[in-house]
Amino acid sequence: MTDINTGMVEKYRNDFLKEVEANVEEGDWVKMCMQCGVCSGSCPLGSDWDHPPQELFMMIRAGKRDEVLQSTSMWMCTSCYNCIVRCPRELPITHIMHGLAHYATRLGIEPKNQPTRQFAQLFWDNLAKNGRVNELWLGVNLYFMNGFVNGIKVALGMAGIGLGMLKTGRLSLKELVGGHTVKDKKGFQAMIKKAQELEAARIDN
Amino acid sequence: MSKEYSFYPGCSSQEGASSSNYLKSVNAMCDVLDIKLNIIPDWNCCSASIGYCGGGELPRLALSARNIALSEQHNAGQDIVATCAACWLSTKETQERLDSDAGLMSETNEALAEAGLKLENKSKIRHMVEVLIEDVGYEEMAKHVKKPLDGIKIAGYVGCQTNRPFGIEGESFENPKYLDKFIETMGAEPVENYDKKVSCCGGALAFSEPDKSQLLIKDIIEAAYDGGADMIVTPCPVCQMNVEVYQDKINAKHGTKFNIPVTYYSTLMSVAYGKTGKESGLDGQIIRAKQLEAIASK
Repeated sequence: MTDINTGMVEKYRNDFLKEVEANVEEGDWVKMCMQCGVCSGSCPLGSDWDHPPQELFMMIRAGKRDEVLQSTSMWMCTSCYNCIVRCPRELPITHIMHGLAHYATRLGIEPKNQPTRQFAQLFWDNLAKNGRVNELWLGVNLYFMNGFVNGIKVALGMAGIGLGMLKTGRLSLKELVGGHTVKDKKGFQAMIKKAQELEAARIDN
Repeated sequence: MSKEYSFYPGCSSQEGASSSNYLKSVNAMCDVLDIKLNIIPDWNCCSASIGYCGGGELPRLALSARNIALSEQHNAGQDIVATCAACWLSTKETQERLDSDAGLMSETNEALAEAGLKLENKSKIRHMVEVLIEDVGYEEMAKHVKKPLDGIKIAGYVGCQTNRPFGIEGESFENPKYLDKFIETMGAEPVENYDKKVSCCGGALAFSEPDKSQLLIKDIIEAAYDGGADMIVTPCPVCQMNVEVYQDKINAKHGTKFNIPVTYYSTLMSVAYGKTGKESGLDGQIIRAKQLEAIASK
């Protein structure tokens, strides 16, 4: 367990709902769930979740802290927003799923090898570097995220698609070195750093 | 007089990026409709809906806030228009969230100050299809058609994020009609009751969970064929890419024989408006839209 995780366990003792309300994006909505299950039934990958959203909400109230935060479930969210528009209580379910996933990551107890967790982190690191996404490096890093040998295999499997994108001008080798960037990189990065500091301060207090 | 907007093109539309062909067709379409797009200087990525793992809440809000602030500074008084569903959604979500939470707004401005910016948060955030429906109108859109897309049957695949959670004014979440109307206005025939019109293609999970996402994509394509479609059209860069580029993989895995072109609404419009195939971004198709090519070269 990481230090920040231990600190949170001590701070909130057995009140996981309170912990979620205070620290997870849109977490104060969790208690509004009335367990109708429309979210779970509306999810395009619903059957792939160990615990669909409505179940996660009940587990939060029941104090199942580890089971929720270490779950791969919320990493199955495709951000399709079906649950949000159909929820009779209008819970911002998509954001709560993202929030739970991020909070678990912040605590260092997220499922490390979950592929969407890995890709989501790659995506953030990619955009945070230059302010704009570099699709070529995003692809390369994605293929090689589970090691070199596996990466070659995955990359070969994707070669047809990559070539198609290159030929139609929708992927550029120019992105290998440098590539697209914001001009005010210094200001951009300072802004992100400040936002991260402010967010950390809010959660650690 | 031309209509002017503050334009947020987004990462995928950049030169050599996955929806650079979308931007081409949008430029061709806007040229005909006398729409002037003033790019937000030095815009940055919105982090789409997959940046949450590393991003957290405030840093993600700061990303979109920076774009809105830059727009307010350089393109004052103009509505912000995005062509990408995720760009539009993230920017609009940020505006709403900061509008309803004074604490987050003040922290966002604290972060923006590091980049010498300040957010008023007053600009209207719009998708290009809203501009077409609300500011141009179907009648005006129809007036410019030089080469009607006769004899092409098209499945209008709206997808998720242009449709939910905000959607288009006056349209339902379960069966929005505007894309079908676009298709009709350009002289083509929309697939009636297209079953997978607002279903999810897997979004970013097409990269991280390919098998699961390709099952979703398979259903989207199958439903288009079931409706007799010659091609699929969409307003979203991720939908376009996911539904177009994995067809060979799905065929290999599931024994299907998919080979259906997937273009943008703006591709249809550019071709119908008499632009060349190149100007309409048809050279960006991995699965070539041969019927549109034939009309464009007429």
